[in-house]
Amino acid sequence: MEAEEKYTPQTWPESPERATLEGKNKFLGFWLFLGGETVLFASLFATYIALKDKVPSPEHALAKDLYELPLVFVMTMLLLTSSLTSVYAMYHMKNFNFKKMQLWLLITVILGLGFLGCEIYEFNHYYHEYNHTFTSSAFSSAFYTLVGFHGAHVIFGLSWLVLVMVRNAKRGLNLYTAPKFYLASLYWHFIDVVWVFIFTVVYLMGMVG
Amino acid sequence: MVNNQSNSSNPRLDYEYRRKKNAEGMRIQVATFTLMIFFTVVSFVAVGANFSKWFVIPFILLLAVVQVGFQLYYFMHMSEKGHEAPSMFFWSAITVAFVTVLAFMTIIWW
Repeated sequence: MEAEEKYTPQTWPESPERATLEGKNKFLGFWLFLGGETVLFASLFATYIALKDKVPSPEHALAKDLYELPLVFVMTMLLLTSSLTSVYAMYHMKNFNFKKMQLWLLITVILGLGFLGCEIYEFNHYYHEYNHTFTSSAFSSAFYTLVGFHGAHVIFGLSWLVLVMVRNAKRGLNLYTAPKFYLASLYWHFIDVVWVFIFTVVYLMGMVG
Repeated sequence: MVNNQSNSSNPRLDYEYRRKKNAEGMRIQVATFTLMIFFTVVSFVAVGANFSKWFVIPFILLLAVVQVGFQLYYFMHMSEKGHEAPSMFFWSAITVAFVTVLAFMTIIWW
Protein backbone atom coordinates (compact mmCIF):
# COMPACT_ATOMS: atom_id res chain seq x y z
CA MET A 1 0.00 0.00 0.00
CA GLU A 2 1.30 3.43 -0.95
CA ALA A 3 1.43 5.71 2.07
CA GLU A 4 0.17 8.81 0.31
CA GLU A 5 -2.29 7.12 -2.00
CA LYS A 6 -5.69 8.82 -2.15
CA TYR A 7 -8.48 7.03 -0.36
CA THR A 8 -12.26 7.13 -0.20
CA PRO A 9 -14.33 5.99 2.79
CA GLN A 10 -14.93 2.78 0.85
CA THR A 11 -11.28 1.98 0.21
CA TRP A 12 -9.97 3.22 3.57
CA PRO A 13 -8.52 0.21 5.46
CA GLU A 14 -9.89 -1.06 8.74
CA SER A 15 -6.85 -0.20 10.89
CA PRO A 16 -5.25 2.67 8.95
CA GLU A 17 -2.82 3.43 11.78
CA ARG A 18 -1.19 0.04 11.24
CA ALA A 19 -1.66 -0.41 7.50
CA THR A 20 1.93 0.49 6.54
CA LEU A 21 5.20 -0.83 7.91
CA GLU A 22 6.00 2.64 9.25
CA GLY A 23 2.62 2.73 11.00
CA LYS A 24 3.21 -0.71 12.54
CA ASN A 25 6.65 0.28 13.78
CA LYS A 26 5.41 3.52 15.27
CA PHE A 27 2.57 1.70 16.99
CA LEU A 28 4.93 -0.87 18.51
CA GLY A 29 7.55 1.69 19.49
CA PHE A 30 4.99 3.97 21.04
CA TRP A 31 3.58 1.25 23.26
CA LEU A 32 7.09 0.39 24.40
CA PHE A 33 7.55 4.07 25.26
CA LEU A 34 4.28 4.03 27.22
CA GLY A 35 5.61 1.06 29.21
CA GLY A 36 8.65 3.15 30.09
CA GLU A 37 6.44 6.08 31.05
CA THR A 38 4.46 3.80 33.34
CA VAL A 39 7.63 2.81 35.21
CA LEU A 40 8.74 6.45 35.38
CA PHE A 41 5.45 7.55 36.93
CA ALA A 42 5.53 4.57 39.28
CA SER A 43 8.83 5.78 40.73
CA LEU A 44 7.36 9.25 41.23
CA PHE A 45 4.25 7.80 42.87
CA ALA A 46 6.38 5.61 45.13
CA THR A 47 8.44 8.64 46.17
CA TYR A 48 5.32 10.67 46.85
CA ILE A 49 3.73 7.92 48.94
CA ALA A 50 6.92 7.52 50.96
CA LEU A 51 7.34 11.27 51.54
CA LYS A 52 3.72 12.27 52.00
CA ASP A 53 3.29 14.73 54.89
CA LYS A 54 7.00 14.54 55.75
CA VAL A 55 7.56 18.16 56.75
CA PRO A 56 10.34 19.67 58.91
CA SER A 57 8.11 21.64 61.29
CA PRO A 58 4.42 21.81 62.26
CA GLU A 59 3.70 25.12 60.51
CA HIS A 60 4.03 23.47 57.09
CA ALA A 61 0.75 22.63 55.40
CA LEU A 62 -0.09 18.92 55.11
CA ALA A 63 -2.04 17.14 52.38
CA LYS A 64 -5.29 17.49 54.34
CA ASP A 65 -4.87 21.27 54.71
CA LEU A 66 -4.02 21.84 51.06
CA TYR A 67 -6.27 19.82 48.81
CA GLU A 68 -9.72 20.96 47.74
CA LEU A 69 -11.88 18.20 46.34
CA PRO A 70 -14.29 20.33 44.25
CA LEU A 71 -11.41 21.66 42.13
CA VAL A 72 -9.92 18.18 41.72
CA PHE A 73 -13.35 16.88 40.73
CA VAL A 74 -13.69 19.53 38.01
CA MET A 75 -10.18 18.75 36.73
CA THR A 76 -10.99 15.03 36.65
CA MET A 77 -14.19 15.62 34.69
CA LEU A 78 -12.38 17.86 32.18
CA LEU A 79 -9.63 15.33 31.54
CA LEU A 80 -11.96 12.32 31.46
CA THR A 81 -14.27 14.04 28.98
CA SER A 82 -11.30 15.05 26.82
CA SER A 83 -10.36 11.38 26.71
CA LEU A 84 -13.81 10.54 25.31
CA THR A 85 -13.64 13.34 22.73
CA SER A 86 -10.34 11.98 21.45
CA VAL A 87 -12.00 8.56 21.14
CA TYR A 88 -14.61 10.32 18.98
CA ALA A 89 -11.80 11.81 16.89
CA MET A 90 -10.35 8.34 16.26
CA TYR A 91 -13.82 7.02 15.45
CA HIS A 92 -14.07 9.59 12.66
CA MET A 93 -10.50 8.83 11.59
CA LYS A 94 -11.52 5.18 11.09
CA ASN A 95 -14.54 6.36 9.08
CA PHE A 96 -12.28 8.57 6.93
CA ASN A 97 -13.98 11.79 8.01
CA PHE A 98 -11.11 14.26 8.31
CA LYS A 99 -13.16 17.36 9.20
CA LYS A 100 -15.02 15.71 12.05
CA MET A 101 -11.79 14.21 13.34
CA GLN A 102 -10.16 17.65 13.42
CA LEU A 103 -13.21 19.11 15.16
CA TRP A 104 -13.15 16.49 17.93
CA LEU A 105 -9.41 16.93 18.35
CA LEU A 106 -9.99 20.66 18.75
CA ILE A 107 -12.59 20.00 21.47
CA THR A 108 -10.05 17.70 23.14
CA VAL A 109 -7.45 20.47 23.10
CA ILE A 110 -9.90 23.00 24.58
CA LEU A 111 -10.83 20.64 27.43
CA GLY A 112 -7.14 19.96 28.02
CA LEU A 113 -6.45 23.69 28.22
CA GLY A 114 -9.24 23.96 30.81
CA PHE A 115 -7.52 21.28 32.87
CA LEU A 116 -4.19 23.03 32.58
CA GLY A 117 -5.73 26.34 33.66
CA CYS A 118 -7.14 24.67 36.80
CA GLU A 119 -3.75 23.18 37.62
CA ILE A 120 -1.98 26.52 37.24
CA TYR A 121 -4.59 28.10 39.53
CA GLU A 122 -4.09 25.27 42.03
CA PHE A 123 -0.29 25.56 42.21
CA ASN A 124 -0.52 29.33 42.42
CA HIS A 125 -3.04 29.02 45.25
CA TYR A 126 -0.78 26.65 47.24
CA TYR A 127 2.14 28.99 46.76
CA HIS A 128 0.36 32.17 47.87
CA GLU A 129 -1.99 30.82 50.54
CA TYR A 130 0.16 28.12 52.15
CA ASN A 131 3.70 29.01 51.10
CA HIS A 132 3.87 25.46 49.78
CA THR A 133 6.83 25.70 47.39
CA PHE A 134 8.97 23.15 45.62
CA THR A 135 11.72 23.47 48.23
CA SER A 136 9.69 23.94 51.41
CA SER A 137 9.63 20.24 52.46
CA ALA A 138 10.23 16.68 51.27
CA PHE A 139 6.45 16.42 50.94
CA SER A 140 6.14 19.50 48.74
CA SER A 141 9.04 18.41 46.49
CA ALA A 142 7.50 14.98 46.00
CA PHE A 143 4.08 16.51 45.38
CA TYR A 144 5.21 19.05 42.80
CA THR A 145 7.47 16.55 41.04
CA LEU A 146 4.68 14.01 40.61
CA VAL A 147 1.78 16.34 39.79
CA GLY A 148 4.01 18.77 37.89
CA PHE A 149 5.42 15.97 35.77
CA HIS A 150 1.88 15.02 34.85
CA GLY A 151 1.12 18.68 34.08
CA ALA A 152 4.18 18.80 31.83
CA HIS A 153 2.83 15.76 30.01
CA VAL A 154 -0.45 17.61 29.52
CA ILE A 155 1.44 20.57 28.01
CA PHE A 156 3.42 18.25 25.76
CA GLY A 157 0.29 16.33 24.75
CA LEU A 158 -1.59 19.53 23.91
CA SER A 159 1.33 20.86 21.86
CA TRP A 160 1.58 17.54 20.05
CA LEU A 161 -2.15 17.48 19.21
CA VAL A 162 -2.08 21.07 17.97
CA LEU A 163 1.04 20.39 15.89
CA VAL A 164 -0.36 17.33 14.11
CA MET A 165 -3.65 19.15 13.51
CA VAL A 166 -1.96 22.19 11.99
CA ARG A 167 0.78 20.36 10.11
CA ASN A 168 -1.66 17.94 8.48
CA ALA A 169 -4.56 20.38 7.98
CA LYS A 170 -4.02 20.48 4.23
CA ARG A 171 -2.68 16.96 3.85
CA GLY A 172 -5.87 15.33 5.08
CA LEU A 173 -6.06 11.65 5.94
CA ASN A 174 -3.87 9.05 4.31
CA LEU A 175 -1.83 6.13 5.54
CA TYR A 176 1.07 8.48 6.27
CA THR A 177 -0.90 10.91 8.48
CA ALA A 178 -3.28 8.42 10.18
CA PRO A 179 -0.60 6.93 12.52
CA LYS A 180 0.39 10.46 13.60
CA PHE A 181 -3.14 11.25 14.78
CA TYR A 182 -3.57 7.82 16.32
CA LEU A 183 -0.42 8.01 18.43
CA ALA A 184 -1.12 11.56 19.64
CA SER A 185 -4.53 10.34 20.82
CA LEU A 186 -2.97 7.29 22.54
CA TYR A 187 -0.63 9.64 24.39
CA TRP A 188 -3.59 11.73 25.46
CA HIS A 189 -5.35 8.66 26.87
CA PHE A 190 -2.21 7.71 28.76
CA ILE A 191 -2.21 11.15 30.42
CA ASP A 192 -5.72 10.39 31.65
CA VAL A 193 -4.60 6.95 32.90
CA VAL A 194 -1.96 8.64 35.05
CA TRP A 195 -4.45 11.23 36.28
CA VAL A 196 -6.84 8.51 37.51
CA PHE A 197 -4.10 7.38 39.90
CA ILE A 198 -3.15 10.95 40.80
CA PHE A 199 -6.65 11.91 41.84
CA THR A 200 -7.06 8.65 43.75
CA VAL A 201 -3.64 8.28 45.40
CA VAL A 202 -2.69 11.94 45.86
CA TYR A 203 -5.92 13.84 46.34
CA LEU A 204 -8.54 11.40 47.58
CA MET A 205 -6.17 9.39 49.77
CA GLY A 206 -4.63 12.67 50.92
CA MET A 207 -8.01 13.71 52.28
CA VAL A 208 -8.67 10.36 53.96
CA GLY A 209 -5.39 10.30 55.86
CA MET B 1 -3.66 -9.83 9.33
CA VAL B 2 -5.78 -7.05 10.80
CA ASN B 3 -5.96 -4.92 7.70
CA ASN B 4 -7.74 -7.31 5.39
CA GLN B 5 -10.69 -5.27 4.35
CA SER B 6 -12.44 -7.06 1.54
CA ASN B 7 -13.69 -10.38 2.73
CA SER B 8 -16.64 -10.60 0.40
CA SER B 9 -17.03 -10.09 -3.31
CA ASN B 10 -19.31 -7.13 -2.63
CA PRO B 11 -17.23 -4.09 -1.48
CA ARG B 12 -20.36 -2.05 -0.81
CA LEU B 13 -21.58 -4.60 1.71
CA ASP B 14 -18.15 -4.67 3.32
CA TYR B 15 -18.19 -0.91 3.72
CA GLU B 16 -21.61 -0.86 5.31
CA TYR B 17 -20.64 -3.68 7.65
CA ARG B 18 -17.54 -1.79 8.79
CA ARG B 19 -19.51 1.43 9.32
CA LYS B 20 -21.97 -0.45 11.49
CA LYS B 21 -19.18 -2.15 13.39
CA ASN B 22 -17.47 1.20 14.07
CA ALA B 23 -20.76 2.76 15.22
CA GLU B 24 -21.37 -0.21 17.52
CA GLY B 25 -17.82 0.15 18.88
CA MET B 26 -18.46 3.82 19.56
CA ARG B 27 -21.62 3.00 21.52
CA ILE B 28 -19.56 0.69 23.72
CA GLN B 29 -17.01 3.49 24.21
CA VAL B 30 -19.73 5.89 25.38
CA ALA B 31 -21.09 3.25 27.77
CA THR B 32 -17.56 2.79 29.12
CA PHE B 33 -17.24 6.52 29.58
CA THR B 34 -20.52 6.64 31.53
CA LEU B 35 -19.23 3.93 33.86
CA MET B 36 -15.94 5.78 34.33
CA ILE B 37 -17.77 8.97 35.29
CA PHE B 38 -19.91 6.94 37.67
CA PHE B 39 -16.84 5.37 39.34
CA THR B 40 -15.23 8.78 39.69
CA VAL B 41 -18.32 10.24 41.36
CA VAL B 42 -18.57 7.23 43.69
CA SER B 43 -14.90 7.65 44.71
CA PHE B 44 -15.36 11.32 45.53
CA VAL B 45 -18.58 10.64 47.44
CA ALA B 46 -16.93 7.81 49.40
CA VAL B 47 -14.18 10.17 50.51
CA GLY B 48 -16.60 13.01 51.25
CA ALA B 49 -18.86 10.77 53.34
CA ASN B 50 -16.26 10.20 56.10
CA PHE B 51 -16.32 6.40 56.15
CA SER B 52 -13.51 4.53 57.90
CA LYS B 53 -10.25 4.89 55.99
CA TRP B 54 -9.76 1.10 56.08
CA PHE B 55 -12.81 0.84 53.89
CA VAL B 56 -12.35 3.94 51.72
CA ILE B 57 -8.71 3.45 50.66
CA PRO B 58 -9.04 -0.10 49.26
CA PHE B 59 -12.40 0.83 47.75
CA ILE B 60 -11.20 3.89 45.80
CA LEU B 61 -8.04 2.06 44.72
CA LEU B 62 -10.18 -0.74 43.33
CA LEU B 63 -12.35 1.78 41.45
CA ALA B 64 -9.19 3.43 40.05
CA VAL B 65 -7.83 0.08 38.83
CA VAL B 66 -11.12 -0.79 37.13
CA GLN B 67 -11.32 2.66 35.55
CA VAL B 68 -7.77 2.41 34.22
CA GLY B 69 -8.62 -1.04 32.83
CA PHE B 70 -11.52 0.50 30.91
CA GLN B 71 -9.29 3.29 29.65
CA LEU B 72 -6.66 0.82 28.42
CA TYR B 73 -8.87 -1.88 26.95
CA TYR B 74 -11.54 0.34 25.41
CA PHE B 75 -10.28 3.91 24.94
CA MET B 76 -6.79 2.76 24.02
CA HIS B 77 -8.16 -0.26 22.09
CA MET B 78 -6.03 -2.86 23.89
CA SER B 79 -8.94 -5.30 23.67
CA GLU B 80 -8.73 -5.26 19.86
CA LYS B 81 -6.73 -7.64 17.70
CA GLY B 82 -3.03 -7.00 17.13
CA HIS B 83 -2.30 -5.74 20.64
CA GLU B 84 -0.26 -8.69 21.91
CA ALA B 85 3.04 -6.80 22.05
CA PRO B 86 1.48 -3.67 23.62
CA SER B 87 -0.10 -5.90 26.28
CA MET B 88 3.25 -7.48 27.04
CA PHE B 89 4.99 -4.08 27.25
CA PHE B 90 2.29 -2.65 29.42
CA TRP B 91 1.88 -5.56 31.84
CA SER B 92 5.66 -5.84 32.25
CA ALA B 93 5.68 -2.14 33.11
CA ILE B 94 2.85 -2.65 35.60
CA THR B 95 4.85 -5.43 37.29
CA VAL B 96 7.89 -3.19 37.70
CA ALA B 97 5.64 -0.31 38.80
CA PHE B 98 3.95 -2.46 41.45
CA VAL B 99 7.27 -3.71 42.85
CA THR B 100 8.64 -0.14 42.95
CA VAL B 101 5.67 1.19 44.90
CA LEU B 102 5.68 -1.84 47.20
CA ALA B 103 9.39 -1.39 47.96
CA PHE B 104 9.02 2.30 48.76
CA MET B 105 6.08 1.58 51.05
CA THR B 106 7.58 -1.31 52.98
CA ILE B 107 11.33 -1.83 53.05
CA ILE B 108 12.48 1.78 52.73
CA TRP B 109 12.20 3.98 55.78
CA TRP B 110 12.97 7.65 56.22
